[in-house]
Amino acid sequence: MFDRHFIQYFDWGLFTVAVLLGCMGLITLYSVVTADAAAAQKTLVIKQLIWFSVGLGFMVVSFLFNYKQLDRYANGFYALCILMLIAVLFFGKYVGGSKRWLVLGPVSVQPSEIVKIAVIIALASYYSKNAYTRGFTLRQLLIPVALVAIPFALIVAQPDLGTALLLVLIAGSTTVFVKIEKRSFRYLIFSGLVTVPLVWFFLKDYQKRRILTFLSPEGDPLGAGYHIIQSKIAIGSGVLTGKGYLKGTQNALNFLPEQHTDFIFSVFAEEWGFVGSAVLILLFLLLIIWGLNVAYSSRDPFGTILAVGISSMIFWQVFVNIGMVMGLMPVVGIPLPFVSYGGSSIATTMIAIGLLINVSMRRFTLE
Amino acid sequence: MSRYLKTADNDWYKQRIIGIILVVLICFAALFMRLFYLQVIKGEEFRRLSDNNSIRLQRIEAFRGIIFDRNKNMLVDNRPSFDVSIVVKDAQPVAQTLGRLSTFLSVSDEELLEKIAGQKGILAYKPVLLRQDIGRDSMAGIEVHKYDLPGIEVNVKSRRHYLFGQSAAHILGYLGEISANELDSGKYPGVRSGDLIGKAGVERSYDEYLRGRGGGRQVEVNATGQIMRVLKTVPSRPGRNVVLTIDQAVQMKAEELLAGVTGAAVAIDPNTGEVLAIASNPSFDQNRIVSGMTHEQWQAFVSDPLKPLTNRAVQGEYPPASTYKILTATAGLEEGLIDENTEYCCPGFYRFKGREYRCWKRGGHGCLSLVQAIAQSCDVYFYQVGQAVGVDRLAWYAKTFGLGTPTGVQLANESSGLIPTAAWKLKRTGEPWQEGETLSLAIGQGFNLVTPLQMAGMAAAVANGGIRYQPQLLKRIETAQGEVVFQTEPMVVGKVPISPRTLELIRQGLWEVVHSDTGTAKGARFFDLHISGKTGTAQVISRKDDEQEVEDESEIADHLKAHAWFVAYAPSDAPQIATAVVVENGEHGSSAATPIAREIIKSYLLKEQLQPVIVANKEPVAQP
Repeated sequence: MFDRHFIQYFDWGLFTVAVLLGCMGLITLYSVVTADAAAAQKTLVIKQLIWFSVGLGFMVVSFLFNYKQLDRYANGFYALCILMLIAVLFFGKYVGGSKRWLVLGPVSVQPSEIVKIAVIIALASYYSKNAYTRGFTLRQLLIPVALVAIPFALIVAQPDLGTALLLVLIAGSTTVFVKIEKRSFRYLIFSGLVTVPLVWFFLKDYQKRRILTFLSPEGDPLGAGYHIIQSKIAIGSGVLTGKGYLKGTQNALNFLPEQHTDFIFSVFAEEWGFVGSAVLILLFLLLIIWGLNVAYSSRDPFGTILAVGISSMIFWQVFVNIGMVMGLMPVVGIPLPFVSYGGSSIATTMIAIGLLINVSMRRFTLE
Repeated sequence: MSRYLKTADNDWYKQRIIGIILVVLICFAALFMRLFYLQVIKGEEFRRLSDNNSIRLQRIEAFRGIIFDRNKNMLVDNRPSFDVSIVVKDAQPVAQTLGRLSTFLSVSDEELLEKIAGQKGILAYKPVLLRQDIGRDSMAGIEVHKYDLPGIEVNVKSRRHYLFGQSAAHILGYLGEISANELDSGKYPGVRSGDLIGKAGVERSYDEYLRGRGGGRQVEVNATGQIMRVLKTVPSRPGRNVVLTIDQAVQMKAEELLAGVTGAAVAIDPNTGEVLAIASNPSFDQNRIVSGMTHEQWQAFVSDPLKPLTNRAVQGEYPPASTYKILTATAGLEEGLIDENTEYCCPGFYRFKGREYRCWKRGGHGCLSLVQAIAQSCDVYFYQVGQAVGVDRLAWYAKTFGLGTPTGVQLANESSGLIPTAAWKLKRTGEPWQEGETLSLAIGQGFNLVTPLQMAGMAAAVANGGIRYQPQLLKRIETAQGEVVFQTEPMVVGKVPISPRTLELIRQGLWEVVHSDTGTAKGARFFDLHISGKTGTAQVISRKDDEQEVEDESEIADHLKAHAWFVAYAPSDAPQIATAVVVENGEHGSSAATPIAREIIKSYLLKEQLQPVIVANKEPVAQP
């Protein structure tokens, strides 16, 4: 396996960008925790470092085997992830009003993270076998819809609307990529417009309330709305060159919510300014375009769709997260890949990159 | 057609990927533009805001809902309380500011300084509560000298005010700070650490409605903490008002009657299940809990042997004693083991398996029919009925009356009571059921335990012809404007399998308890209003048949004296109220509990007016 080709075809570019982003995340996280008075926070950097290393290991594992085997195990992997999501509902740890974590000995894992990869693989497996240039008809889309609806419902039940929405965005963009047949597409749009008000009508009051808060968090001035103002102040006050590393005041004063997870970009932008933030966003852009290039170069439909799905996963997370902290989008609890604190998130992202490398380095082999 | 169904190939995919790349580029362009706008175009403005840390957040508290009784008498409302706090960062020089402040608060500045010890760094930006409930005069003084007191804020907070002092304390409950566990439970959306939530009683059961929703304000402040402009306001929404089924006049009458004794009284409407009164004595004063207790005070309160926090009406479990004979009689009649003509003769004891089971009346009752046996509460009669019915059938009937399970009234931590069966005893003690135990059971003196509310429900079921209604405390929920949001409907939770003939006999017996010359509760009579009921005297220690006679009853220590029971309904022909009264160590039901039940019934049926004994809204003492 470790022949000349392996080194020759290895995608050093992807690997480098991923490691660079991971390091930027660790550096920013260090700034967050040193500003915090609570001693418990200090260990977060170590934990994240461990997760990052474990993630690197996962990444290596993810490109060692030929990705085409994934096609064969797509359903099994998918089923396993669904089982984990069900287990969360029963044995999950309650934190802040929702059950998202499974406690396995010393580590807590968030199955809703890895399920994104499972859904991408399952969709790629299905679409690659049935794709025609005229696009998928409604009947053909039944299976993909079911593949997404099951984890979607399980994640909504936790409840984790952000991740559930992300799943729909990933699956939706992958499906649009393999094309939906024109009439079916129109029909889908139309029926969507009809059913949404209908479903709304049948929802219970508290369910409506939950969705409304999700859509317009500004309604809660002490919660998300306040966070956005503080986040904008933090980002804006970075000006062109930033306040300097470890010198962010919004960060230091704890004015930012969820600084180490969802709002970590604000901390980064405050300290590094427009120049630093632009570099970070450019790195993400580079990563996504690179991923799409992998899809472009792959000569195998499964590999192409897999790479598109993974690229869309990273794209949506970056776009929604950074758009949110800059006040472009509603507040949705979606982490920034590589940078936000979170073991399951970083591990999943690294697996995703590993799979991209996998597709990339096998683009020349036809077997 | 062949072109239409062309399999997707690499070139086709490549075209589409180029489309995707375009979309990605457009989206990222939007991110860059936004970033440029925030950091370069608006950057300096945000830098200024950030340097002053000038955006502050203020909460607007929601007005907690008011609680009314069934006649719309206000039971609980809110009163303003003035709290002083300090933002250390704005209060420079701190020592001088506190020195001035201390003159208005009649407290030494050392004491105030202690409060802000450790408020450094981040904490210097957060308001620290110095003193709560400072009273109007102090508040006015501080407000007048506001400009000499930088960083000092006086906030009006609304505090719960229980208008009738400790009346209905167990029903209304009280508030307390939300605990970490409750915060994590996810059941209190929008509630933050340090907020007050209902901890007991109705305040807890309907907290979700009473609480309302807090609002908030984002403000920009200057260097001394003065508000320069309000950026955004979201108003609070007041909590819903709760109208209870309680009749406060009856409630207070019950409490007045229980004063000085330990016990409980319950009154319900037998036709709807609405709870008219739940009194439990000793009680406590919620206003004291509201204004804060020291740790020692709270400890003393909680460890009080009389357990004032316990609502004896729903949490107290007592042997039902002779009131249980209603059940034994019903079971005997329905099982066809006795009828109205069945007579047993009572020589003052009943010999069973070589042991003598005594009747409460030493000399015996002579020969009695069922109705007479109920009226005179003859133990010997019911020993024999119970023995014929057996323990498990008795338990079955008890369950149909709702005994042995919580009634489901909207108060937390309700007790279930205990209705023993042979299987239960075997499991619990490992020993088989002894038939002799059935005899004790039949007169309510065995393992069986009931709550006063359960017994009131039993009286109600007899009164209304066998229907068991869910006891309810809530009549309706209204918005602050009086719009009805929720209205409680009577809810049938079960039917007692009791035939009209049985019912008639039982009712006749219960009527004679009060109105026959030989009845055990002649003291319950008044005017021409007819009351039906049953007395009970629950022995605390079992008096074995071979035990030494206690010649002088007064020799028995107080805590060993029997509990007195009276369950009743009235008027006998068209009942409107059912009640159960228990007086701990009150000895005979007829003397201790009966008059209480009678007065409760009287105050409800004669519509006695509520005397406004409203606790004066006295100028509160400043609490640290």
